[in-house]
Amino acid sequence: MEYIIIVLSAILVNNIVLAQFLGLCPFFGVSSKISTASGMGGAVMFVMTIAAIVTYLISHYILIPLDLIYLRTITYILVISSLVQMVEIMLKKVSPPLYQALGIFLPLMTTNCAILGVAILVIQQEYTLMSGVVFAIAHALGFTLALVLLAGMREQLELLNVPQAMKGNPIILVAAGLLAMAFMGFAGMV
Amino acid sequence: MDQAKNFTKGFIRENPVFILMLGLCPALGTTTSAFNGMGMGLATLFVVLMSNIVVSLIKDFVPNKVRIPAYIVIIASFVTIVDLVMAGYMPALHDQLGLFIPLIVVNCFVLGRAEAFASRNTLVSSIIDGTGMGLGFTLALTLLGASREILGSYALFGHQFIQEDGMLVFILAPGAFIALGYLIAIIDKLNKK
Repeated sequence: MEYIIIVLSAILVNNIVLAQFLGLCPFFGVSSKISTASGMGGAVMFVMTIAAIVTYLISHYILIPLDLIYLRTITYILVISSLVQMVEIMLKKVSPPLYQALGIFLPLMTTNCAILGVAILVIQQEYTLMSGVVFAIAHALGFTLALVLLAGMREQLELLNVPQAMKGNPIILVAAGLLAMAFMGFAGMV
Repeated sequence: MDQAKNFTKGFIRENPVFILMLGLCPALGTTTSAFNGMGMGLATLFVVLMSNIVVSLIKDFVPNKVRIPAYIVIIASFVTIVDLVMAGYMPALHDQLGLFIPLIVVNCFVLGRAEAFASRNTLVSSIIDGTGMGLGFTLALTLLGASREILGSYALFGHQFIQEDGMLVFILAPGAFIALGYLIAIIDKLNKK
């Protein structure tokens, strides 16, 4: 039951992009087509889950016993950036098709604040390792959902006659605002 | 480059939020009021200025291959300083900004200045660039925070000027996207004139 609540809350109620404003750079950067949006979503889920596990272990077995919790930000970002590199090298060897599919999205992952944000949230909200993993996967699913929905809206926007001043970024931001408003309807569900 | 131009480019012409669309997460996530926006902007200003100074000083010693991790560690150290100082002296603001303080480290705008400017220019130009861009970021966040606060709670910097409940949606998440969308449209229009 606890896991169901975590999943529903992460995907619909507290959507990582639309309610918590994390990972906005890829949200606006790679949402021009549905296919790239879902590729990015897959890459984020992969790295976010591994990053949550690794930072959890580091936090509970190194930083907290040694009383070094103030080094959290530095440790996490170093771990995440080397993790991204490692995942990239391993995928290239182990599963070339998956590596091909994720392509350029992997290196972009280091500066995706959703990854670091979820790693910090897992520690702050004092989850166990298992609920932490569920939390990370659910947040990645929420990210993918928001990204694919916005990509769909942007594909439709191409066909519309938008006022001159609103062309480009402004209309995308307003569309994202309306999407966020729709997600507010889920508030109070969990 | 002309130093005065170098200083002012961050305000409008190359404003990180309005024109370059960088650092959007804190720009939308923390601007529920003008004061919070300004606090976040000033914290980022400190980090971008200090990291520009250090990166510009060490740029000749750092091997090219490991420069990005080195920059990230420098930025993360200053973020930790800001985090601890804020928690100590401004606990209320620290609670409001919450997660977004440690996340300055992955603000692409800070790393962008280190990589694109400070690693290629002299110390003096890097200081001017960091201050100018940091002030531009602060300006953008304060402006966005002020417009959301005016519409959302009929107040500015905490002073209410109409004794009624505002349009709540502007304080909540959707209002952030919509307000920024219209601000960018207005600034584009002004820029073209």
